[in-house]
Formats: sequence, structure tokens, C-alpha cells
Amino acid sequence: MRSSAMRDIMAITARSEVISLAGGLPDTSAFPREAFDEVMGDTSRESLAAALQYGPTEGTDAMRQAIARLMAEEGMAVEAEDVTVTTGGQQAIDLITKALVDPGDVLICDAPTYPGAIPTFCTYEADVIQIECDSEGMKTDLLERTLTELEAGGRRPKFIYSVPTFQNPGGVTLSLERRRHLVELARKHEILVVEDNPYGMLRYEGEPLPSLYSLDGGGFVIYIGTFSKILSAGLRLGWMVSPTPIREKVVLGKQASDLCTSTLTQEFAVRFLESGRLPGYVEDLVSIYRSRRDAMLGAMAEYFPHGSSWNRPEGGLFVWARLPEYINTEDLLAKALLKGVAFVPGTGAFVDGRGADSMRLNFSGVSEEKIIEGIRRIGTVAREQLDLYETMTSTAEIALPPSGQPGDRTGRKEES
Amino acid sequence: MKVALLTGGRSLERGVSLRSGMRVADSLSGLGHEVVQLDLGPNLVSLLGEARPDVAFIALHGTEGEDGTIQALLELLDIPYTGPGVAACRLSADKDLTKHVLRRAGVRTPDWITYSEAEIRDFGAAATFAIATEMLGLPVAVKPTAQGSSLGVRVVTGIEEMPDALMTAFSYGSSALVETWVSGRELAVSILDGEVLPIVEAVPTESATYDFEARYEVGGATFTCPARLSPEDEAAARATALAAYEALGCSEFSRVDLILGKEGPSVLEVNAIPGLTETSLLPQAAEAAGVGFDDLIERLLEMAVADKGPRNS
Repeated sequence: MRSSAMRDIMAITARSEVISLAGGLPDTSAFPREAFDEVMGDTSRESLAAALQYGPTEGTDAMRQAIARLMAEEGMAVEAEDVTVTTGGQQAIDLITKALVDPGDVLICDAPTYPGAIPTFCTYEADVIQIECDSEGMKTDLLERTLTELEAGGRRPKFIYSVPTFQNPGGVTLSLERRRHLVELARKHEILVVEDNPYGMLRYEGEPLPSLYSLDGGGFVIYIGTFSKILSAGLRLGWMVSPTPIREKVVLGKQASDLCTSTLTQEFAVRFLESGRLPGYVEDLVSIYRSRRDAMLGAMAEYFPHGSSWNRPEGGLFVWARLPEYINTEDLLAKALLKGVAFVPGTGAFVDGRGADSMRLNFSGVSEEKIIEGIRRIGTVAREQLDLYETMTSTAEIALPPSGQPGDRTGRKEES
Repeated sequence: MKVALLTGGRSLERGVSLRSGMRVADSLSGLGHEVVQLDLGPNLVSLLGEARPDVAFIALHGTEGEDGTIQALLELLDIPYTGPGVAACRLSADKDLTKHVLRRAGVRTPDWITYSEAEIRDFGAAATFAIATEMLGLPVAVKPTAQGSSLGVRVVTGIEEMPDALMTAFSYGSSALVETWVSGRELAVSILDGEVLPIVEAVPTESATYDFEARYEVGGATFTCPARLSPEDEAAARATALAAYEALGCSEFSRVDLILGKEGPSVLEVNAIPGLTETSLLPQAAEAAGVGFDDLIERLLEMAVADKGPRNS
């Protein structure tokens, strides 16, 4: 199924009776209203004119400093001037690709990769190579082999794009050993790594791992961050940290795209961060999402058919499930939609048609009750598919002598 | 006039329907009509009761909108509506019934058999795949009987591919058509008020390596209107399409999809409510006949109002 057909059938998820486990929507219902009122009130009283005005393309000074402080708390030392504020993390992916990639250039990313990055890479006509992930994230030994082979053919990837922590869509996290290996490979082959980290702060269990950026010190790693999943997706506020020459190219590109990210949004975020409320809010989100993840995993264990497998993400927003290989999840989606539940079929996370037996399930966007009901419905249609397939493949053929001309049997009663 | 524009709905073709609806809404407003846009939901009847429209414009595709359900409801509420009546919608929404009716009327359609999910699940009908494929000859197209678009269609070149193809088709409905693959030129014949409009041909793009891709995948074909056909082919295609339209009892408008094979034109399906989006084929055909989109919409409204009253009686 081509993507436009996919978009068309997903139109049905907009209906309120459909439980969507398809999006990557953060829960916004827990946002403290009084905090919003206070921050917006302060903005109105103290900096209204500036908040309504154009701002610098690279972001306001206050925003860049606040981001540098936030990253320092996460163990990453960055200078405010190396930060570029972007309109969501998505714009950072777009601007980096626009700045670095010419048609036909090679890009490397995870398999599966963030489905939203694929259209961007395709727009700039990159030749995308996907490296398989297992439970420890991208297989860096495979990456090493691929880099060597590419080099032998005289090709050098423009960058390696990865979501190493609580990956979208796989939910997996790159192990420390592989993080070190990836950074080492980047240095050795002098290839940039784009580390996209929207979910790092949403950890529900286990110990945090150092980011690629902190392991590398910013020499070859470009870091993308976002407020979408920890504050608000509606703010459209993200950032990137990159070496100066790349930053300059990106800022030129951003100027052409949108001049600057909303100053009102930046003003809001700076004041919210300064109020010291972020850690408490993230804690609230973590506890909501942890329960929802557990509800989803519990329901999957109860309702998914034998022969399915899935991971237990330590954080982030997604579970990645694989069904028995003869189930095509695009077909399953059609059936599921008619039962009022949606998910993302795995093929959207690959450029090469892989993932047909897989699906991405989101647990952040809807209540536990709806998650359980949604998983129950998916499990039911999957079991139906399995039963049907088994019936078809285990039925022995019979042979009858064909009579007369083809088609004679259909409707012949009426014709006679 | 006060027009209730029915768009959206719960079918998998909701997206197309919304795009048809948006374009129709613009046109209706431009023509000076009062438009009340309604999505299908639990309050549809009460909303229709409140709105008291002079006419309903049906910009729905797929189940419920195109299969006669909404049409029957509107007749009960005594609201005139655009497009064919209940029976024509019900017949054309079911590819198996369509083909039975066409056969009986002597209109050519490729050989086929139909499997229901129930007969395979409960009666061991999978044992007949060899008979079926031998009878029809390979390749065959496997399609859900109840989908108007190309969703869920697969081509089968070997009997071992039957289970996968049927699994796909059954994902979109409870029965599936297995149809002899006919190679040939693909034609869409639109009919407006009993008049055949210029024929649209889907010409495979160079990148479409198989004719299956051209026929069923987005970007697999470009559309030419009017199709360049010999006078004999043109006449045969027009006659076949019109015969299909009449056999199914269509009225006001519809689109008949044909394949022009070695033996002449053969009907693949009839769309009772063709798409009205920017890229849809019926509006293109109307345009080629000198009927602009606004004129088309106005004519559909006029026909609906003139045809007022229960059509079953």
C-alpha cells in the first residue's frame, strides 16, 4: 500500500469512537492550568512587546541559555551559542538534511527508524541505508561493515541518524557498549551522527545512559532535543546543538524556512523553565506513562496471539510488536480500523518494504482503559486472521474434473 | 436551496469522501446554496431533522454511503438525494452481485468465483483453490467484493499465493472475488443523466512494471481524456458501459470501469457514487464534455430534486 492510500484509510482515526494507538501524542490533560495562567500572565505583564515581535533566527538568548542549562542537568556540557532553537525537533531533522544532503547522498539510520524522518530524507533524495536493530539498538558491528563496504565503493554517508534512547518506533535503547562503538566509528570514519533524543527524560525504570553527544563531546555528534514530549507538542519548540560550520548553514536554511521560531512560544518556555516546574511536570508524566505502558504490556500478554513478540520499553512512548510473519499488519489495520482501533503498521518505519509483520503501538495518548480495550480489539482481529490462515493452509486440496468452459459454474443456474 | 452535504462517514474511504466533500462544499456555496455539512454519526437523523434540507448531496464513498444504507434512510425521511437509488447502490457496492446482474443482462465481465470468509473458515472451501484457479486460469485478481477502491486487491500468479491474497481481501470485507485477469487497455466511462461522457483511459506509467501496478497502485498510471480509441472500440466501450449502467438500474450519474481486452470491452466494476475530488475521473470527463465542476454539481442537484420521492415504489 502506498503512503497516500495509507493516509486515506487513517482518516477514519479522526472519529471520536476510534481508539488511536497510532499517534505519538503526549498527554496534555495533566498540564497544570494555574502554571499556564501564571506564565502567560507574567509574559503579558513583563514582556508582551518582545513576545509579539520577530526574534533572532537561531533563537532568543534567554531560550538558548535555558536549553544549555537543561542539557547540563542531563549531563551534557554545551555553550548557549552552539544551540539553535527550531520549530519542533522535526524542523531540526529537516534543516540538517537540507544543509548536508545532495540528491543521491547516502544516509544511514536505524531499522526501523522514526517514520517522520523518512519523508524528509526522501524529499532531499537521499539514498537511505537502514541498519538492523535488536534489543540493544542499532547493530554497530553491522554498521561498521556497511561503512567499510561503502568506503570501498568510494561512498561516504553524510550522516548517521539515530534515536538511541527509547527509540521511535522500536522502543529500544542503544546499549552503553554500542554507544561507545558508534561514537568511535563516527570519529574513525569522520562521519557525523545525528542523535535525536525526544524521549530521554521519560524513563520509567533502569539507569540513564550517557548520550552520544556527551560521549563524543560534540565533535561529530549533532544533538536534537525537543520540548514536545516533556512540556508541550503544541508549542512546536525544539533545538539542535552542532559544530559551528553546520550551525551556520542550518541557520541560513532556517532563515529561508521561517525566519525564526515563535517568540511567544520561546518566552513561555523560558518562563516555565525558570519557574522550576519542569522536573515536577516530567515526574507527573513519567508516572502517567509508566502506568499506561504497564497496562499495554499486560493487555498484550493477555490478548495477543501465540507467536507474537514485543519489547518492554524502559521509557518513551512506544511498544514495537511482531506478529507471526504471515500476518500483514497493513491488512490487519484495515480490519482493526473497522473495529475502531488504530496502530501504525511497521512498513512505515522502513524504506525497503520490511516491517510487514510489525506494528508500532503508542501508550501515551489515551487512558489505560482505552489502551486495554484497543489491545483487546487488535488481539481479536489478529487471532481471527491467524485462524483463517491456518484453516486455509491446512486444508487438503480436492480435485474435481473441470466441466465445460471456465466460468460455467458461476451463475449457471440463473443462465439455464 | 438548502443542501445537506453528507461527507466523511465510517468507511475506509473516509479520506476520499472528505476531499470530495470539501470540493463540493466550495462549489455549492459558490452557486449560492446554503450548505449544512454533516458527517455520519449517531445524531445524523436528528441533525437532518433540524436542518430540514431541500436536498441531500451525497459525497460519501465505500460502505454505508455508497451501498444504499444512507439512500434508504433519506427516502424514509423523504429527503431527495443525489446519485443512484437504493437498489443500484446496493448492487454496485457488491462486486459479486454486480457481475451476476451483468452476466444475466448479457454484459461482458471477466469470469470469477466468490469465496466468503465463512465458507473457508467453516466448510473447508480452501480445498477448492486448485479447481478455482484451474477453472479461471492464472493469473487471477483477488479483491474484496465490498470495496470500491483498490484497497485489498492482489494479483495471484500461482495457487500457493491464494491464502495470502485471500487474507488480504478478507481484511477489507467478509467475501472475496477471484477473477480471471484480463489484459488490455483500462477505460473509465462516466455517465451523466444517461449520457456517456468522454472516456478516460488510464495509461500505465513507464515505472509500472506490471499492469497490476498500473491498475491498482497510486502513480501507476496517468489519465488521458478523451481516450484515443478506434471508432469501433469507442462505440463498443460506450455501449458496454451504458448497458452496465442500465442493467444495475443506475440513474443521474455513475462510472463504469472497463478493460478493453482482445474480445472487446469487459466490465470490472461500477461505481455508483464516483469520486468528486480534484483528481477524480468523472469530473475530468465532464470537463472534457464542456460541463464544468459547478455545472456538474448544479445538474446533480436539479436531477435529485426532479426525482423526488421514494424510488423503490
